[in-house]
Amino acid sequence: MGNVVLKLADDVSTDVIYPGRYMATVLPTETPQFAFADNAALNAALRGGQVPPGSVIVAGKNFGCGSSREQAVSALKGYDLTIVAESFARIFLQNAINLGLHIVTAPGVRASVGDDLTVSGENVLNGTTGLSYAVERLPQARQAIIDAGGLIAYTRKRLLDTAAGVTHT
Amino acid sequence: MGMTVVEKILARASGRGAVKAGDVVEPAVDLAMSHENAALVINQFLEIYSGTGREPAIWDPSKVAIIFDHRVPAESAKTAGNQKKIREFVSRYAISKFHDIRGDTGGICHQILPESGYVRPGAVVVGTDSHTTSHGALGAFAFGIGATEMASVWALGTALNVEVPGTILVEVEGEFGSYVGPKDLILHLIGLISAQGANFKVIEFHGRTIRAMSTSGRLVLCNMSVEAGATAGIVPADEETDRYLRDEAGVESVQEHVTADPGASYSRVISIDVSSLVPQVACPHAVDNVRSVREVAGTSVQQIVIGSCTNGRLDDLEVAAGILRGKKVARGTRMLVFPASGRIYAEALRKGFIADFMNSGAVVMNPGCGPCLGVHEGALGDNETALSTTNRNFKGRMGNPSASVYLCSPAVAAASALEGVITDPTEGRN
Repeated sequence: MGNVVLKLADDVSTDVIYPGRYMATVLPTETPQFAFADNAALNAALRGGQVPPGSVIVAGKNFGCGSSREQAVSALKGYDLTIVAESFARIFLQNAINLGLHIVTAPGVRASVGDDLTVSGENVLNGTTGLSYAVERLPQARQAIIDAGGLIAYTRKRLLDTAAGVTHT
Repeated sequence: MGMTVVEKILARASGRGAVKAGDVVEPAVDLAMSHENAALVINQFLEIYSGTGREPAIWDPSKVAIIFDHRVPAESAKTAGNQKKIREFVSRYAISKFHDIRGDTGGICHQILPESGYVRPGAVVVGTDSHTTSHGALGAFAFGIGATEMASVWALGTALNVEVPGTILVEVEGEFGSYVGPKDLILHLIGLISAQGANFKVIEFHGRTIRAMSTSGRLVLCNMSVEAGATAGIVPADEETDRYLRDEAGVESVQEHVTADPGASYSRVISIDVSSLVPQVACPHAVDNVRSVREVAGTSVQQIVIGSCTNGRLDDLEVAAGILRGKKVARGTRMLVFPASGRIYAEALRKGFIADFMNSGAVVMNPGCGPCLGVHEGALGDNETALSTTNRNFKGRMGNPSASVYLCSPAVAAASALEGVITDPTEGRN
């Protein structure tokens, strides 16, 4: 499906994904230019369109730890990327679901830059090594937000349903 | 089955008799806090209403707080523009808990909320800032959320799809030695359980050491619980909480305390005796890379920072001023002090701490987040090293990816400022 363009270790913080000095930029239409801004080569490749659509970033555990800054998600959302990690930090995970960033939790996943990965709802297949990793499903409550098309659409529907007398439990 | 403190808070806020870890609930929100990132919240909030034919409406403007602290005064035209946009929104939607850039009522959100009496025991507090965990110090369930999620809270008044977190019980006993305190305890705990050790969990603090600790110290513990991945940290409310609310936050009414049931279920229990704890430091570039100060003593530092939502309170300034009084910050080292709020600044001025700092050569800055997140007021040069009482030392955190940041207590920061190298304050001062 896509090649691994970046392999990251455990505990990659949102400061690394979107450095604090760019936090005055907030709009999802403007944040992608600062994705991985401190990694000059990667940032230039992203902005220059040299990262093919469908490319994959593979990370270890606790990806997106630290600051709650949503720019870390909206910046990555600006490119057609899939983020596969062994686990995600809580706020990053929720922000990714809310904004519709394609993230996949695959405990134990192993891959190197250049490997060809195929990601489905069930597993991540590393076509280069031939190894497959089971995907951890999201709790149903979180899946509901993705199915609605993100949190803005989900909340909008809730408001309109409430006005129409539809109750949610 | 007994409930933990947070299970009880979430059961009440969700209108249920009982909940347990793993349940999904939709708690009513008592306080919804944002800082400059309200600029994005506003954008997303208006987007929710787009095409609905309905006028955007905040569910309860009296429960929304907005505090300017991350970039004060504005470091750029862009930030100034964001702040201007937020002021206009605050005025239009009659948001009363708004703290602008002011010397009297301004400061860091995680100090302004408690000192203004906005946080009450048993409350559900959400904030578009990961260190919202701080407010667990007053017995509230307080956690960080993203800007779009906050927009949803503004519209609905509830936090959607909250999974009731499991709870780690941390029992703390023993008396701190001199120049050892809450910051050393929380750094020690994070080093023990790692940056992921409390992911998706609450850390509930108990024990005689916690009962004897001031709210200021409890704020340090809950503030940095997020650095172990915790959803929230919490200290169950007690007499000290009542004292703080009455004497320091001007809250007259007696608050109901939510306590854990005897049979509450914990996912892990950790016991710590602080009587043998020595000063701790988190080394670059991870908060869980914790060692004793002695192990890294002698490391040269170019910038010392005292302040932030972790350690910019009056007791922090007091211990640092006491070490610096009548002495000089070493040549080749610059020291920046950021009181956490205007009120703390004024009190520190009255007590003479500000004079102590200035006479020692430290620069006293205006209340705010300062260089903690690398935006302005104290960026680091290439390959420089900072020693800071803040809460994060990730690569690039203080504005320069080639620089290094060590995290420590105010006592370690002050003692090190005098020497220009990382110094254990307990040596030669007992």
